[in-house]
Amino acid sequence: MGSSGTSPAAAGHQGQAARRDFLYLAAGGFGAVGVGATLWPFIHSMNPAADVLALASTEVDLTPIQQGQRITVTWRGKPVFIDHRTAEQIKSARDVGLQQLPDPQADQKRVKAGKDQWLVVLGVCTHLGCVPLGQKSGESKGEYGGWFCPCHGSHYDMSGRIRKGPAPKNLEVPDFTFTNDTTIRIG
Amino acid sequence: MAKDSAFFSNPTVKWIEHRLPIFSFLDHSLGSQYPTPRNLNYFWNFGSLAGFTLMVMILSGVFLAMNYTPHVDHAFNSVERIMRDVNYGWLIRYIHMNGASMFFIVVFIHIFRGLYFGSYKPPREILWWLGIVILLLMMATAFMGYVLPWGQMSFWGATVITNLFSAIPLVGDKIVTLLWGGFSVDNATLNRFFALHYLLPFVIAGVVVLHIWALHVHGSNNPLGIDTRGPQDTIPFHPYYTIKDAFGLAAFMIFFAFFVFFAPNYLGHPDNYIPANPMVTPAHIVPEWYFLPFYAILRSVTFNILFIDAKLGGVLAMFGSILILFLLPWLDTSRVRSGRFRPVFKVFFWIFVVVCFLLGWVGGQSADASIAGIPLLRIGQFCTFWYFAHFVVILPLLGWFERPRPLPISISQPVLGGGRIALGAAAKPMEKA
Repeated sequence: MGSSGTSPAAAGHQGQAARRDFLYLAAGGFGAVGVGATLWPFIHSMNPAADVLALASTEVDLTPIQQGQRITVTWRGKPVFIDHRTAEQIKSARDVGLQQLPDPQADQKRVKAGKDQWLVVLGVCTHLGCVPLGQKSGESKGEYGGWFCPCHGSHYDMSGRIRKGPAPKNLEVPDFTFTNDTTIRIG
Repeated sequence: MAKDSAFFSNPTVKWIEHRLPIFSFLDHSLGSQYPTPRNLNYFWNFGSLAGFTLMVMILSGVFLAMNYTPHVDHAFNSVERIMRDVNYGWLIRYIHMNGASMFFIVVFIHIFRGLYFGSYKPPREILWWLGIVILLLMMATAFMGYVLPWGQMSFWGATVITNLFSAIPLVGDKIVTLLWGGFSVDNATLNRFFALHYLLPFVIAGVVVLHIWALHVHGSNNPLGIDTRGPQDTIPFHPYYTIKDAFGLAAFMIFFAFFVFFAPNYLGHPDNYIPANPMVTPAHIVPEWYFLPFYAILRSVTFNILFIDAKLGGVLAMFGSILILFLLPWLDTSRVRSGRFRPVFKVFFWIFVVVCFLLGWVGGQSADASIAGIPLLRIGQFCTFWYFAHFVVILPLLGWFERPRPLPISISQPVLGGGRIALGAAAKPMEKA
């Protein structure tokens, strides 16, 4: 076979060798693109399918929720906590200095303007995904009156912000909009 | 060679041998043509026990799969149907369930055998690596298998463990969504876990073949940790170790059967007989016992380390606790293999064993528990620190400061007397010490 690039004849022809190199790299590069293009459908098939994505929004009627009451709804297979906060609870969430928070975020940025009493957060601890306690009466609400995750001891405040424990972030606020005064659509 | 035995002179065997030399291959792998150190003790039984348990798991698993339905609406009930309606379904499931625990018991003993007798040292580093790969595959397989009955512990175990990957910077959340195939642990997750749980044991079997291949290049280590020097130091694997392994297997099966028939749920968790509920987390999530030491390491990182936050730090420490074993052949700077000749190492080895048990115990308690006023978190943190210090500080230093006891000249010498050494590789230099 003539692939011996070390032979004196081949070494003498610089132009030949460069052409070989180019062909070698081009073929190799094209092969790599082909492998990548073949792998991608398989990897992407593991991402959420169209039917899973289609179930991505939920509407909630807020009228039956009393002040001081919390309810849990399901959205994308996860619990969503809806908290109808009292004036004192809102005040307690806003009186905290941001420098005291591990994940600083003002309460105003976590609710819709003019709808400050409605706190909507994912009921999923940002540590390792447990559902925090505090939705039902009698459950521990943690040291800051919000929620307490029993798995690894994270405490959340009245704005769903992490205050103590291993969780790195505040409870996530999902995308939601008020479709009218008393109804929200999550997702 | 032994080709002149009655077996190899059988005409049928001869006919096959001429076309596919499978019998001589087996004879050289696990038979009379495989020379084995003559001084192996019962700790050398656990390799074959692990192989046996792998076969039991694959067989019982295949039969369970015939009756199992990997769908969130049916998984829990199909397992209950196996338990109540399928003929001997309870037996097959209890074998599979407890077999996982047996597999880890056997493999952990196998690993600690290697740690004590220095089986990871040259020239057996790749053999050791392949063993770690098998351990990692076993852990992945066991985790995914535990999810399949779709009980509360299944669901929340899956949630917590898959969420570990969200600690990866930048792409963490995307990876978790990819693993789930959705926005939470759900039907897509259960389905793929079943597919992978069926696949991985065969991958393990493949790596086991490589593990045995690597083993046969230089042969088994032995309790003295010195190389065999010739025929006077070895005996054929068959019949000497086949019969010893068979005896060990019988003893092991009694142990195994005790759990299957008399305490089938002792090693499990009652919460897993409650169907999965994504809205309610059980008050006390614990992994299966074989993951507890690693779980304790995960939980003991509660502080940020420079730019690494506590969550990522815990995940790195947990994976690091296994990955560090890959470096062990170089971290242990002593040239003496066996702990028998290392008086100081021996002490630290047993401290390390105690630390591992303590980690397991701490991992099984709730996060805020304490004993005699000491929070268990502190004990877990101390043990985590010691676990890594054992590999990174103690073992490298011991090699320099420890004075090992003199090694015997050969395996056979204490039995047969010094005169026979000349038979072996007398020209070979003495053991490195």
